[in-house]
Amino acid sequence: MSEAAAPVTTVAPMVAPHGEVLLKLTDVHTYYGHIHALQGISIDVRAGEIVTLIGANGAGKTTTLKTVSGLLHPRTGRVTFEGRDISKTPAHTLVRQGIGHAPEGRRVFSRLTVLENLQMGAFTRSQAEMKEDLEHVYDLFPRLKERVSQGGGSLSGGEQQMLAIGRALMARPRVLLLDEPSLGLSPILVQQIFSIIQEINARGTTILLVEQNALQALTIAHRGYVLQTGSVVLSGSASEMRENEMVRKAYLGEI
Amino acid sequence: MRPDIVRVLQPIVIIAVSLVVVWLLLGGTQQFMNFLTLGAIYALIALGYTMVYGIIELINFAHGDLFMFGAFVAMWILTVPLGMTGAVDNPLQLTVILVVVMLPTMIVMGLLGTFIERFAYRPLRHAPRLAPLITAIGVSFILQNVIYSVFGPSPVNVPQVFPLTRFEFLGGRVSFLSLFMVAIAVFLMVLLQLFVGRTRLGRAMRSTAQDREAAELMGVDINQTIAITFFIAAALAGAGGTIQGLYFGSVQFNLGFFVGLKAFTAAVLGGIGNTTGAALGGFVIAFIEVFATQLGYSRWSEVAVFTVLILVLVFRPSGILGQQLGERA
Ligand SMILES: Nc1ncnc2c1ncn2[C@@H]1O[C@H](COP(=O)(O)OP(=O)(O)O)[C@@H](O)[C@H]1O
Ligand SMILES: [Mg+2]
Repeated sequence: MSEAAAPVTTVAPMVAPHGEVLLKLTDVHTYYGHIHALQGISIDVRAGEIVTLIGANGAGKTTTLKTVSGLLHPRTGRVTFEGRDISKTPAHTLVRQGIGHAPEGRRVFSRLTVLENLQMGAFTRSQAEMKEDLEHVYDLFPRLKERVSQGGGSLSGGEQQMLAIGRALMARPRVLLLDEPSLGLSPILVQQIFSIIQEINARGTTILLVEQNALQALTIAHRGYVLQTGSVVLSGSASEMRENEMVRKAYLGEI
Repeated sequence: MRPDIVRVLQPIVIIAVSLVVVWLLLGGTQQFMNFLTLGAIYALIALGYTMVYGIIELINFAHGDLFMFGAFVAMWILTVPLGMTGAVDNPLQLTVILVVVMLPTMIVMGLLGTFIERFAYRPLRHAPRLAPLITAIGVSFILQNVIYSVFGPSPVNVPQVFPLTRFEFLGGRVSFLSLFMVAIAVFLMVLLQLFVGRTRLGRAMRSTAQDREAAELMGVDINQTIAITFFIAAALAGAGGTIQGLYFGSVQFNLGFFVGLKAFTAAVLGGIGNTTGAALGGFVIAFIEVFATQLGYSRWSEVAVFTVLILVLVFRPSGILGQQLGERA
């Protein structure tokens, strides 16, 4: 019932924030064994922005996020966060430095309760900080509050996505990586998730958003990049990209 | 809240009723205490198998030998630094001695367990699954041979520090030794359940068992968590070894093989990866063994235990309680 209640914002932001560059990928090459998945990707994310990566299946969007959060490391090229080189820093350390990642497929701990999942999100934080952040997350996702003692695996797809995002927020990231948060959700829920992403951004968290749903993503984002077989083929402000012929044909479903 | 009361009472009632039935089946207190002590030992070891499997999906074939090694460490502490030769009658002194034996044994074994993980298993974490399995068998041989070369092939006596006093209970005679040992084992198991179920590190362990990558994204240091798991598993094996030595009075280098197999059966029976199941399985295996002896088929008790292993693997591979710690069945 609360799923449809959240306000739906569809107005595109007019001006992109001009904060300092928070996250920077410079000519990043990432491999899976012999598979050359990222073939020289350069991306900037400025503080306060929502930046979206769009592209077909297998383009390298997930690999890019994993390379940022430290689950994968670039073979060559650099990833810097707040000016520090984090190319070789393991994922569990990067959480402490302010990078949050809600991975593809939600990856909720199904045998832990909702509360335990959120506590895991706050693994790097103190007990007192956690109390405060729990309220903040329940505020964004009232649904989760009703389900605190339920197992993560018993939630619906939409609730699991809320839990995955809420869990990532519990670490109070400065940049939040979201990998296909709208995948498999009903249209109403998709609207709701996107407006919540905007709200999270409005409260000060920078967002790097991977989406198949390019139209929605370009509606809430400030800027975007188009990935194709491991390379950036196009980038620009979200409004420019929505007008771009190639984008319209390939990703916005226009003929 | 009625459902809550039911949820708390149900297991207590089930346990109480089963204990009475077991007591009756075993023909009284004597065999019953035997069952409890043996069950406690199997349960402590089975917990280690199940925890390690839960977190890295490795059947640690060296785990039974860690138990044997622990029994020797405890024996050595009693014999050499403490210089024990006979019974200690003062209960306070006895308690101090037990703490001084068991605690260091558990710590030494915990460190040995993490050492083995660090140098034998961790380098193979991304290797095909057969590689760590074979390595585990190799580690098992190494542990046996280390003990063999230091203490020799024959059984070594463990000083009997417990006085032989027994007291009458429900028509049988109970030794303080077995009561004490069962109490310690149950205490450790409750402590483990609380640790895994209620603490931050316990949550990290369960998360790592379910989804290592997601746990890493929460800030969990996977290597550290796996190391802690090996520490706890080996420490519990050390506690089991201490009890074994004190209860049976002697230890031998090849002790780990059969006891390890039985505890492994217990872990499979309870649903490998499931800590509650492992503890339960330990007592079920002990019951089968003692009951077979009770019926006069003591030479068949091992056959019975391993028949159970095969039956479970064929008909209910996820065990009585199914998997709990991890996600994959
Ligand atoms: N674990 C993996 N092992 C080998 N190749 C992979 C793995 N994950 C992804 N790839 C390959 O890397 C490329 C990029 O994949 P991915 O980043 O998942 O794309 P996207 O998220 O854009 O759909 C694809 O060609 C995919 O097949
Ligand atoms: Mg993807």
